[in-house]
Amino acid sequence: MIRTPFTAPGSIRQRLILQLLVLVAVLSWVLYLSVRTVAGAAVETTQDAILGSATIAIAEELRGGVDGVAIDIPYTAFSMLGATGEDRVFYRILVDGATVTGYEDLPLADQPLGGLSPLFYTREYQSDTVRIAAVERSVIVGSRPVRVEVIVAQTRSAQDAIVAQMANRAATLGLGFFAIAALLSLLTARSVLQPVNNLAEAVGRRGPQDLRPVERPVPSELAPLMAALNQFIARLSGALIRTETFITEAAHHIRTPLATLRAQAEIALRQSQDEAARAAIRGMIRSVDDSARSVGQLLDHAAVVYRTDQRTDEEIDLAALTRDMVAVFGPAAELREIGFELHLPDVPVTMTADRLLLESAIRNLLDNAVKYSALEGLISVSLEVESDQARLGVCDRGRGLSGAKSAALTGRFRRGENVADVIGSGLGLTIVREVAAAHGGDFRLTEREGGGACANLSLPLA
Amino acid sequence: MRKLILALGLILSAAGAMAFDIEEERLFASGQETSIVSILSTTDIDIFEPLVVSFQSVNPGITVQYTVASTTEVYRAVSGRERAFDLVISSAMDLQMKLANDGFAREHRSIETEGLPNWARWRDQLFAFAQEPVVLILSRPAFEGLRLPQTRADLIDLLRANPERFEGRIGTYDPNRSGAGYLFATQDARQSDTFWRLTEVMGGLSPRLYDGSGAMIADVQAGRLALAYNVLGSYAAAQLAGDPNAALIELEDFTNVLLRTALIPREAARPELGAAFLDFLLSDEGQTLIDEKAGLPRIDAATLASAGHRRPIRLDPGLLVFVDPLKRQRFLSEWTAAVVRR
Repeated sequence: MIRTPFTAPGSIRQRLILQLLVLVAVLSWVLYLSVRTVAGAAVETTQDAILGSATIAIAEELRGGVDGVAIDIPYTAFSMLGATGEDRVFYRILVDGATVTGYEDLPLADQPLGGLSPLFYTREYQSDTVRIAAVERSVIVGSRPVRVEVIVAQTRSAQDAIVAQMANRAATLGLGFFAIAALLSLLTARSVLQPVNNLAEAVGRRGPQDLRPVERPVPSELAPLMAALNQFIARLSGALIRTETFITEAAHHIRTPLATLRAQAEIALRQSQDEAARAAIRGMIRSVDDSARSVGQLLDHAAVVYRTDQRTDEEIDLAALTRDMVAVFGPAAELREIGFELHLPDVPVTMTADRLLLESAIRNLLDNAVKYSALEGLISVSLEVESDQARLGVCDRGRGLSGAKSAALTGRFRRGENVADVIGSGLGLTIVREVAAAHGGDFRLTEREGGGACANLSLPLA
Repeated sequence: MRKLILALGLILSAAGAMAFDIEEERLFASGQETSIVSILSTTDIDIFEPLVVSFQSVNPGITVQYTVASTTEVYRAVSGRERAFDLVISSAMDLQMKLANDGFAREHRSIETEGLPNWARWRDQLFAFAQEPVVLILSRPAFEGLRLPQTRADLIDLLRANPERFEGRIGTYDPNRSGAGYLFATQDARQSDTFWRLTEVMGGLSPRLYDGSGAMIADVQAGRLALAYNVLGSYAAAQLAGDPNAALIELEDFTNVLLRTALIPREAARPELGAAFLDFLLSDEGQTLIDEKAGLPRIDAATLASAGHRRPIRLDPGLLVFVDPLKRQRFLSEWTAAVVRR
């Protein structure tokens, strides 16, 4: 599958809101413009109707006769123009193309007048924009038709004022519309994303061992995501089961032959009389021991890594556990005449933890102490409870840390520079650190006063 | 435009020259002069003097040059740009309207102008500062035994029934000579058809024609006239106060109310001073002075509302109709035909 680069980082919610807001803004603007346009057209139509009536009122008072055209401008013709506002009024009456009264520079129409209804046009006049209505009538003077043009003009301030007022209302309406829609889009974005948040929360709330498929009603758009998630969980779960099986199999398949090999080597040692052969067999036994120990630690580490994800917590008495583990190491320590000095509380120190992990950690601590202790040394094992922390300290009289940093020595496959002659995998302290981390505790190495090193494992009791 | 002015000039002024005639001019000097505001007005200096004095006490340092001319001369002075004035005051609403409509006035907005009712201003260019009813005055002895007329119809009936009593004893404006008379007559004609009947009836009784209210009022007081029709109410009220033989009647069918208006010309040299004087005229103090000292009723929507027969002449483009020279010619010839009998 080809992955397209993820081009839209950031929040879906923000993008959704932004797109909705842009849409709403455009709609509001369109609303404003259309109200304005429609209102402007309506007002102009009304004003034109009044202006046209005024013009026609004058035209209808035109009378023919023997002497000439009689012109009698009705009072109402101009008075009605004052009804809608305080606009300036101009007029011009022409008989056969000659101005007989009014403003003789008032612009004429640039197309021929015809018909009974007035022609409307807009011009600049006397530093104002005026709307002009012009109408033409034919009057009989001395049995000869005479053409009379009546032109009435009015400034447009009233019209502009009404349109501006309408536009203001339209703008208010648009803004209100925008505000309401913006609020709704926020709510929409929230409700659209609610199922995603719910799903994320449900998955996040699960315990570390919970690898059941997610079963909850989701909108159809989220169904593919949930299906993919469930498939992934199933694969993960399968991989974990396979790892566990592998670890068990490996432990069985490697430890058992090594034990057999060692037993057979010992038999061979006992039966052999040749000193050179015996020395070789002893070396082989030591190598087998080291291999068994390394394999054990590798498996231990794998088990720790696996169990960190798949913990099985139970109530554990840390004091009892420590005592038991020290007892296990007793024989190995006696071989090197190393003694244990125990400072354990008499009361149980109970905590909730994974027994296998803790056992692994304590075993590695004691193993390290025994391994690096000088012959006839004394290893001090102490357990203290301090408020909500249990502190397990294992101190030896070995060669110490030689100034190496605690963190440097607890890294995977890291070993001190002064221990090249002692066999070790470098995994022991890593295991201890990982167990401490898995339980929310802390692990550090310090120099011991008077020589040697102290390993301190702190674990929370709660 | 030029033709229009020329036509008006030919009709209104016998001389026909473009020179502009001043009736009276006075300089109200201030103690420490800083600037001069020049006012062109149709209202007599005596009437305006208290206002000017009070204005100067509020605005010391402003010298007021007050020039009086007839309504047509005022129109010509502004439209012909004869001389720059900072404020133009006239009782000829139609001519003032024409000036404002044709772009000779400046816009002015202030707390005072905003306080005016809508019918008392136009486009923030033309402002009314006094409202005067146009009334009928009569001599009580002449009406002895007769009921005093309350409407034009009453008046027509009385004149028809008693021609011998009123023959040669009726006075009214000659609209041919007086701008105010022309405005009153045209507004009457616009309001009601009874005007033409009344004009016909008066025409049959050899009326005497005047070009000012003052002379008519004096002749009524002296008993030379039985009645005078269309007289400026403010002058009549002042002159007839305490005269038991004279009566002042606001006809109930309708009584026109003339608005005295002011505008700041576009050509004004010191428009801000003209505006200051205008604002003073419209301020409560100025209005009170106009009402009490000048004897011109202040702008008051309430008194108009309470008296339904009073109709303020509307400041709207309708006023332009009768300024049209053709319309004017037509109206005057009709009026003359109705009144003047050979």
